[in-house]
Amino acid sequence: MAATDLLRRIGAFVGSLLAVGGARALDLPADKAEALFHSYSGGGVTANGPALLVRKSVADTVSLSASYYLDAVSNASIDVVTTASKFRENRNEYSFGADYVYRDSQISLGLNTSREPDYTANRYSLDIAQETFGGMTTVSLGFTRGSDTVLKHDAPEFRDAVTHWQYRVGVTQILTPRWIASANFEAISDDGYLGSPYRVARVFGAAVPERNPRTRSSRAMNFRVNGDLGSRDALHLSYRYFWDTWDIKAHTLEGGYSRYIGESFLADGTLRYYRQGKALFYSDNAQSETTYVSRNRQLSTFNSIGVGGKLTYSWRKVPGKYEIKFNGSYEFVRFKYDDFTDIRTGSLYGYNANVLQLYMTANF
Amino acid sequence: MKRLLALITLAALLGGCSSLQPWVKPYERERLADPIMAFSRDNLPERHRDHAREVREGARGATGVQGGGCGCN
Repeated sequence: MAATDLLRRIGAFVGSLLAVGGARALDLPADKAEALFHSYSGGGVTANGPALLVRKSVADTVSLSASYYLDAVSNASIDVVTTASKFRENRNEYSFGADYVYRDSQISLGLNTSREPDYTANRYSLDIAQETFGGMTTVSLGFTRGSDTVLKHDAPEFRDAVTHWQYRVGVTQILTPRWIASANFEAISDDGYLGSPYRVARVFGAAVPERNPRTRSSRAMNFRVNGDLGSRDALHLSYRYFWDTWDIKAHTLEGGYSRYIGESFLADGTLRYYRQGKALFYSDNAQSETTYVSRNRQLSTFNSIGVGGKLTYSWRKVPGKYEIKFNGSYEFVRFKYDDFTDIRTGSLYGYNANVLQLYMTANF
Repeated sequence: MKRLLALITLAALLGGCSSLQPWVKPYERERLADPIMAFSRDNLPERHRDHAREVREGARGATGVQGGGCGCN
């Protein structure tokens, strides 16, 4: 009842914004190619590989995009080394998108498929963005439906499924000639097998297969603001609050600074703080029998701090024709767990991670 | 009662919108069009970063990044 009421209010608000639409047309996304090498290493896990994306307009109003993304994962995380043996596997992801622009509206369709030996995930999405209020406000609505198949190595009898529904709404608002802000809300619901068939929980010190609820609903609100500081530099701030039906509550604070150096370089620095509380059924070592129990540290109480930097070099630029840029970024992240014990040492767990990206972009 | 108050406030605010005119003209938006002012600059690196976080954190969503699913937990 409350949800219907909320939807009706959002609908009325969006409708009223649409009613004051301006005359300025939305631009079709620019033709672009991206080639990325990405690498993540930390906590015994390394995941790296190439990714490619091409976006091209086929008419004045339609832009098509396709991308490929490979994750070559080598996993010797604490969960793996304390209960199983190290493994390697690849994840291949393919995405296709189509954007259609008509006057002040953009309609985007997306298809995405991700394949691992024991996990297949398919997604399709529809997003609509409408520019209004003389081009100062952009309102967007979106929906994604996902369906996954979960398998288990060396256990052909195990097969389960998950369905996901995602609904999002967002507003981007020009505040002044130098400041722009956005507010985004997203609700996600999952139904199906929401754990890992390999992971174990601890009950009275003994290892037992984890037992997760088969449904989860979450909400997230994200507020961002970007400001031009006047010396070819800009400030970025964002805050996200997250909560779900598993009683996880999380805060994400992010700040960034960007600055042009000379004619060819652009430098970015970012600082990110993340903190979450544990899920109701999370336990490091349960002291009672409960219907649900998990020792998935993704559901534990922890925080992480990330410090990152990025340098962009504009290699070739022919105004109105093409521009080629080389980019390198690095982020150091420190994870610190409050209620997840490293059973090898008996002390609380924590680790450092390194996130590296080397990529080239070409606008044409 | 609270809901009624919220609705009245919302109606009053939206009523105000009808007399409100866009105060930043298109020719004043040059600085906002610069890449350093974009919420998202490049797609693939954003997806990589979002993915690396989503498989390790309990929180998800509202980042503006459209990614695919995986069983990477």
